[in-house]
Amino acid sequence: MTREAATTAARSRVDGPAKVTGTARYTADIHPDGLVYAALVPATVPSGRITAIDTEAARSASGVLAVITHENAPRVETVEGLAQTWLPVQDDLIRHEGQPVAIVVAETTEQAQYAAELVRVTCERSPARLDFRAHRDEGHPVPTFTEPDSTVGDVDAALKDDAEVIVDQRYRTADRHHNPMEPSATIAEWRDGDLLLYDATQHVWGPRAVAAAAFGLEPERVRVRCDFLGGGFGAKGYSWPHELLAPLAAKVVGRPVRLLLTRAQMYTSHGRQTGTEQRVTLGAKKDGTLVAIRHASATPTSVADDYIEVCAAGTRSAYACPAIETRSRAVPVNLPIPTPMRAPHEGPGMAALEIAMDELAVELDTDPLELRLRNYAEADPTKGVPFSSKRLRDCYLRGAERFGWAGRPAKPRQMRDGNDLVGWGMATAIMSTFRFPATARVSVDRDGNVLIEAGSQEIGGGTYTTMPQIAAGVLGIDPARVRLALGDTALPQTGGTFGSSTTLSVGSAVADAARKLEVKLRGLADGADPARAGLGRLLSHHCLDRLEAEGSWAPGGNAVGEGPDLSIATFGAVFAEVRVDADLGLPRLSRLTGVYSAGRIINPKTARSQITGGMIWGLGQALLEESDVDVNLGRFVSKNLAGYLVPVNADVPHLDASFIEDEVDQRASPVGAKGIGELGAVGVAPAIANAVHHATGIRVRTLPIRPETLLVD
Amino acid sequence: MRPFRYETVADPAAATAALAQDPGALLIAGGTEVVNWLKEGIVRPTRLLDVSGLPGLGAIDARPDELAIGALVTMADLADCETVRRDYPAVAEALNRSASQQLRNMATIGGNLLQRTRCPYFRAETDLPCNKRRPGSGCAAIGGADRTLAIFGWSEHCVATHPSDLAVALAALDASVTLRGLGGERTVPVAEFYRLPGDAPERDTVLDRGELITAVTVPASATARNSWYLKVRERVSYEFALVSVAAGVQVDEDGTITDARIALGGVAHGPWRLHEAEAALNGVSIDDTPAIASAVNPAFNQAQPRLQNGFKVPLAQRAVLRTLTTAVGAR
Ligand SMILES: Cc1cc2nc3c(=O)[nH]c(=O)nc-3n(C[C@H](O)[C@H](O)[C@H](O)COP(=O)(O)OP(=O)(O)OC[C@H]3O[C@@H](n4cnc5c(N)ncnc54)[C@H](O)[C@@H]3O)c2cc1C
Repeated sequence: MTREAATTAARSRVDGPAKVTGTARYTADIHPDGLVYAALVPATVPSGRITAIDTEAARSASGVLAVITHENAPRVETVEGLAQTWLPVQDDLIRHEGQPVAIVVAETTEQAQYAAELVRVTCERSPARLDFRAHRDEGHPVPTFTEPDSTVGDVDAALKDDAEVIVDQRYRTADRHHNPMEPSATIAEWRDGDLLLYDATQHVWGPRAVAAAAFGLEPERVRVRCDFLGGGFGAKGYSWPHELLAPLAAKVVGRPVRLLLTRAQMYTSHGRQTGTEQRVTLGAKKDGTLVAIRHASATPTSVADDYIEVCAAGTRSAYACPAIETRSRAVPVNLPIPTPMRAPHEGPGMAALEIAMDELAVELDTDPLELRLRNYAEADPTKGVPFSSKRLRDCYLRGAERFGWAGRPAKPRQMRDGNDLVGWGMATAIMSTFRFPATARVSVDRDGNVLIEAGSQEIGGGTYTTMPQIAAGVLGIDPARVRLALGDTALPQTGGTFGSSTTLSVGSAVADAARKLEVKLRGLADGADPARAGLGRLLSHHCLDRLEAEGSWAPGGNAVGEGPDLSIATFGAVFAEVRVDADLGLPRLSRLTGVYSAGRIINPKTARSQITGGMIWGLGQALLEESDVDVNLGRFVSKNLAGYLVPVNADVPHLDASFIEDEVDQRASPVGAKGIGELGAVGVAPAIANAVHHATGIRVRTLPIRPETLLVD
Repeated sequence: MRPFRYETVADPAAATAALAQDPGALLIAGGTEVVNWLKEGIVRPTRLLDVSGLPGLGAIDARPDELAIGALVTMADLADCETVRRDYPAVAEALNRSASQQLRNMATIGGNLLQRTRCPYFRAETDLPCNKRRPGSGCAAIGGADRTLAIFGWSEHCVATHPSDLAVALAALDASVTLRGLGGERTVPVAEFYRLPGDAPERDTVLDRGELITAVTVPASATARNSWYLKVRERVSYEFALVSVAAGVQVDEDGTITDARIALGGVAHGPWRLHEAEAALNGVSIDDTPAIASAVNPAFNQAQPRLQNGFKVPLAQRAVLRTLTTAVGAR
């Protein structure tokens, strides 16, 4: 096997058998000796003050060890690094429905849940603001990973003087919840004043820092472990209150405590993707050349904290245009604070921009693909710097070819098959590349077995499979000889498994460590290729049991890992075919082609899973997913998977997904990779909405697309 | 969780006796509803009586004049029955569009008819104002999220719909349920089995405390043979109906309708029969779409859509048309 082949082989997941046979242990499967169980009592009003908590019945229920409320809870020292600035069960204030107001700990889960029902909370409800859309013009800017606003050129002047055609519309996307299969869980165990957490987290280093600050410990005295995650999609990215409430409860009862969130609690305990109100204004010349882009958004945040969805993040870099203005505002409401969810920012934002682009194509009587090509951005138009690499033109052309775009009738409502109106639509995908510093250790033993150690996480993306490929490629050995240990703060530190950053960031540190190990091995081999000599044999020959090297990688630049002189992003072209029942208004996706420019593809098999998972995520955004808020009760209407619809297999047609395989972006990362976990979730919803327009002639500007919108003659 | 006793019952008489005596007793068959209710706190029984092993309730008897279905027959077995697929296609189709294969393997016909509303307020993880769940507590769906709820027959106490697909097909085909209580047996047409909510929405059906469903009987007819079920939903599979239609129709050689039966699902507290439309369809050509629409649409003059569910009116009207033509095509 060549070094390149070892790295870019389409290997099956090494942890697949363990996962499908149930031997892979997820957080809630771990039962330390003496484990007891916690259940939360959630607030049932969106705003107010607790005036009384009656815990007597709960305390005397069988098996109950403690009932913890704000009246008797130990106080944490600081709340630092949490996704929100306050910890519940510390004061009498209710900031949102579902906020924990008490914790019950008992010998069994059932006893804890039963006793939690017996806790009587009396509160004084105060007025709550729940509908951010009614206040969309009253938002404020929020500092985040990027500027909330941006301006190049003079949009007003361009719209007035240069634009021959203007599209100016409002768009709306829905609040959505992450709904990973595995519910969040934390197991907390105090050992001689040190804290051990088994935690379903996308970033073991996050809860370590938060718990250390909260309990006044040196970070080294907190250890966090996570062998497997059953998905997260951002819900387990930041640290959340339950990750502190578990150790707090464990302190009270002096035993290890498991806090496993219920499915319903997952709708109020770790964020959601905000709904959005967006306005996009496009000005163009008659030949399709863009002269002005304005993209403004309002999204909800919580009354107690700030989070913002920068909907125009992708708009800033999408098209060549002399005047681009973007603006994002947050509107406080009495709901839990939102958080990034798979394809934050660009996911909802590109939906608006790309529907607007389709509207412009209609106005101009131009093919939508032609319009994108005419405004192709060779360099980042807002930052005024080149892209680290961009093969979007290839994506457009190859996608169009694979889909058969050339055969598309120009006018809507031209294709029909039985009861179905058939339509084709397309959209551009663009996603910021997030990069985080990482370290790793690679060692080899006398048997020639290689071990990678890096405190990263396996979220389902295939980390256990791909990291060994990277090390094997450097060392020139079979990836089957390489094992990875991860999910532990006792291992070398890495960033979180979010922002599609793991392969490029941790992979670059692993490659660095492997390279340094290779240098040492080469020394033992007198300069010859150690792989030819045999790694184990080299060690034996030199009477060494083990040889190791540490590696690291850190991106320069800002929080997104962007330097001042480069714009780093991933791209894609998405083509969708929909069928809309002409009488019943039901939209169904029948074909989807996505071609992606995302740097080097380490393992085409796991990469395909990631990208198709993203595409299905986009299908959910387009046609199904919405977390409705009941403004009377101040709660999400359906906190379960019967009322919140995610796509099932029957909704998903064959997905034609491919990458520009020969792209390697070493300006983005030494391994040449960029992120792919979120990219697939961008561009699908607008491609579908545009296809619905092509099928029916009805322009939909609100997601998800409901049959009632399409029930016209 | 709340402690309860679990027992199996040996014969129907023992079950009815136990139910009548013990207000804390609840029957469980396949358990696909009951277990969910227990988890959400919708019911708090002190005693579960498992009827799944009762003798004599597990057979499908396809006679020339009727189909007799034991209450413990599973949804999967009924859907797979050759006679049902051939002579009662609306029933088979309604079952195959229900839930998932795994659930259908467990769920029984009796349990299916007694499943409860999917109104999100009734199904919440906590006790919200819901007169079905706690009589007198109010109805959060009124003035709340009512997109999936009733357009016909609701009251100011409840706007829930009944979710069973099977019940809609059975109502259209004039099926009846056999109930057995302490005082003996009685037979009730499926269409009358479900109540309107009125001021007692906690009662879904006319089933009395202490009564057991023992069987469902569907009369055989040419109309039943030319029947179909259309379930309209946003997700392709594994979702309850936004609206659904069960229809049976007979036409003569010229394509003139000589008999039609139509029931709607997803629009009311139980299956909603369109008797007037059925009568008006007699003599109309199956190919005359405008005439069919004029026969069917007046039935919707009684509809009282709520804040978000007005779309159910045109949607159901169109779905009726589609189902009638499909049923004829399915001949
Ligand atoms: C995820 C999910 C999706 C679903 N989707 C659909 C769908 O799309 N369409 C649809 O129609 N249904 C759907 N269902 C409902 C499903 O069909 C019912 O849960 C099932 O039919 C109930 O049957 P069971 O035997 O499990 O009833 P159980 O849960 O055992 O009992 C239900 C009720 O019936 C009573 N009962 C049971 N048998 C008798 C009897 N012989 N006499 C008197 N009382 C009795 C019980 O006391 C209880 O009140 C879905 C359910 C789930 C969980």
